[in-house]
Amino acid sequence: MRNIRSRLITIGIVTALAIWSLIPRTTTVRVRDPVTGLMRDSSVRRVPINLGLDLQGGIHLALEVDQSKGPVADPKEAISRAERVVRTRIDEFGVTEPVVQLVGGDRLIVELPGEKDPARAKSIIQRTAFLEFRITDMQNLFRAALPDIDKALRAAGVTAAASATPSAVSQLFSSDSVRKKGKKAAPDTSQANQAGALSALLYQGGIPGEFLVPEEQRPVAESLLVRPEVARLIPRGIELRWGTQVESRGARSYYALYAVEAKPIITGEELEKATARRDQMTNQSIVEFTLSRRGGRIFERETGRHVNDYMAIILDGKVQGTPPIIKSQIGQRGQIELGSRSLEEANDLALVLRAGALPAPLSIIEERTIGPSLGKDAIADGIKAGIAGVILVVTIMVSYYRMSGVLAVLALVFYALYTLAGLSGFGFTLTLPGLAGFVLSIGIAVDANVLIFERIREELAAGKSIRLAIDQGFARAMNAIVDSNVCAILTALFLFQFGTGPVKGFAVTLILGVLASMITAIFVTRTFFMIWLQRRPTMQTLSI
Amino acid sequence: MRRLFSNTTFDFIGVRRYAYLLTAAFFIPGLVLLLTRGLNYGIEFTGGTLVQVQTTAPVDIGTLRHALDAHGLTGAEIQSFGSDRDYAIRARLGGGGGTEAGEGTVAAVRASLDSTLGSGQYQIVRHEAVGPKVGGELRQKALLAILLSFGAILVYLAIRFEWRFGLAAISATAHDVLGTIMFISLMRLEVSLVIVGAVLSVLGLSLNETVIIFDRVRENERKRLKLDLPAILNLSINETLPRTVLTHGTALSTMATLAIFGGEVIRPFAFVMFFGVFTGIFSSMFIAPVALMYIRRRWPMKGAARAVTAPTPRAAPAD
Repeated sequence: MRNIRSRLITIGIVTALAIWSLIPRTTTVRVRDPVTGLMRDSSVRRVPINLGLDLQGGIHLALEVDQSKGPVADPKEAISRAERVVRTRIDEFGVTEPVVQLVGGDRLIVELPGEKDPARAKSIIQRTAFLEFRITDMQNLFRAALPDIDKALRAAGVTAAASATPSAVSQLFSSDSVRKKGKKAAPDTSQANQAGALSALLYQGGIPGEFLVPEEQRPVAESLLVRPEVARLIPRGIELRWGTQVESRGARSYYALYAVEAKPIITGEELEKATARRDQMTNQSIVEFTLSRRGGRIFERETGRHVNDYMAIILDGKVQGTPPIIKSQIGQRGQIELGSRSLEEANDLALVLRAGALPAPLSIIEERTIGPSLGKDAIADGIKAGIAGVILVVTIMVSYYRMSGVLAVLALVFYALYTLAGLSGFGFTLTLPGLAGFVLSIGIAVDANVLIFERIREELAAGKSIRLAIDQGFARAMNAIVDSNVCAILTALFLFQFGTGPVKGFAVTLILGVLASMITAIFVTRTFFMIWLQRRPTMQTLSI
Repeated sequence: MRRLFSNTTFDFIGVRRYAYLLTAAFFIPGLVLLLTRGLNYGIEFTGGTLVQVQTTAPVDIGTLRHALDAHGLTGAEIQSFGSDRDYAIRARLGGGGGTEAGEGTVAAVRASLDSTLGSGQYQIVRHEAVGPKVGGELRQKALLAILLSFGAILVYLAIRFEWRFGLAAISATAHDVLGTIMFISLMRLEVSLVIVGAVLSVLGLSLNETVIIFDRVRENERKRLKLDLPAILNLSINETLPRTVLTHGTALSTMATLAIFGGEVIRPFAFVMFFGVFTGIFSSMFIAPVALMYIRRRWPMKGAARAVTAPTPRAAPAD
């Protein structure tokens, strides 16, 4: 009795976990904002199973460094530069869950679910990277213009959100490096309690020209900044650039927005080398870079004029990391100190610099575009085949094994649940061949039960009691089940190793299916038999 | 209690000469076919472009052919994909040119359909372009996957059973893989990634079957010391026969549902698996046990309690 109870509890827990991992949940996805055309985070509710490109439609691209126009010195390094660049452009694709992945050290895989236009996707990927260094808005010209911008917005009928703080530039953290607001920034007394539409979204960051925008407010800020009345009032010689990462301060997350000078002091063309290292003496992470001779002369002049200013490193229009301060005049060789930041971060920055300096030309070696209607048809076909397969299996099992067959079919329900939960829980992707693998593994799942039932029948035929026959049937079938399933998993593992996208999906569902079928046949069906025996202790013949 | 094939006493080992004949009857023409016609590799393996179109009205394949020829796609294959509104057009790579050639193919398909149907009357639902390098790599990887899984299984069976069992199981499985490849050639199925998956599944399935029988052999050898090997083999195959029939009955029915309802991409997979189930059963009953017998005779078990007797034409049926 106790044994049965603990088994039921185990099954209950596993089943609850499986169901929990399959209930629709809210996930954050990047979607294109219909108003501004920019990307923002949004949340959707859906069953957490990833569908492969062949089921939901989209574009799959495999790229390599183009060596047709002369050999590239270090293709592995070049492809990682390319990967870094494509990552910064990830929003431009305009799809919810893009995948950018390095495979085998020399190949870049880009998957764009839902994208229909391969030409557009390819142009984004193959565009040459552009790196520039720009001084941030040291005179706070942009901040000074904020009251006028707010006024213009108010005139245009845009008001701040009700919850916004009623000050021009909200002071998030007091910082000595930032001048306190001048009189100019104070709003009209008549509208003192009315917040500025734009300024209410911006919090002064730690350095001049840096503003922090709460993550959820970014779409609003973006939509305001593209309005013509705002664009007109942004001071001449100043441009706005977003940072790349979300930074968390306390409980909230912020995007950095930088006001930077419109004219770069130097561009990636002049950069020759960039490497990251860890300084042994100071234990600092450092990125060292070397410029061309011409670049060195320009840089020397510019940095001489901008000592103690902050320099934003901008790749493809996005500010990378926090702008470092220029401590002194720099010539051909310079270094960026990242302090206690990790070496990984330094390596990433060095990669950014190199990506801007030496664009890696990419050639497309494989391209697949699948229309969304095709995927829908495939899912519908898969479900049809699945239902028909299940009906056949149920018919065969119940008509042949009677009550025991019913128990096996019941266990099959658990099997299907566990397999799907495995797909969802481990974040694997369901592909079209994966659907086939799932239907195939229903057939395989039955095998374990058949092995057990045939053993039980043999034991019964040998004149053993029902209880003993069941015990020995399960015990004797175990070897065969384990050995045959391990062999199936071994081949599936190699398939997984070799396969790309869709075939990998097949291997994954097969492996999960075999594991789930072992668990259900050995454990779940066994428990059902135990309950059955306990309910009918005087049973004379077993319905098998 | 409903029973199929229980307590049978078929003499599987005794009729092995007929099994040889059957294998030869399939393998000799199969090999000839494989060597002369070869395999119809998909663009994943050869490199090239595939464009799948769906039209609003039925199109005649001949009309399509003419239009494609007129737009320079002379070598392209046209295949109906389930109905006369769905077509797959394949242009294999002819020397040089990466996927940039793929752009040309898509443009040419568009131009031909524009001229025959008018724009807006069709939709390009799928488009794949594969460079020559990727194709070559895939072929190598597929072969490697099959060979490596052979190796791993040999090691596993050597540990769990004994190396002679492993070798016998591998020879039966190799028979099935080869037979399946011949079947693919015979049916002119296109070798796609999905088909490679099917071949590896056949490998797994056939192995599974052999392991179940060998598991019985292992058990019976411990239990019934009086019997010689052919008798043990016969007994084991007969004892596992009900399970074989039932398991593969259900497997075949799920494969049938996949073939009927699974759609055009999955259908060839189901065909291959369907064949695989039969060859898997055949090899587990006739190839693997006989192979084990010859391997044991060639390399006798050291210090074995049982003397390996030569197979007699009429081996003693079990029980």
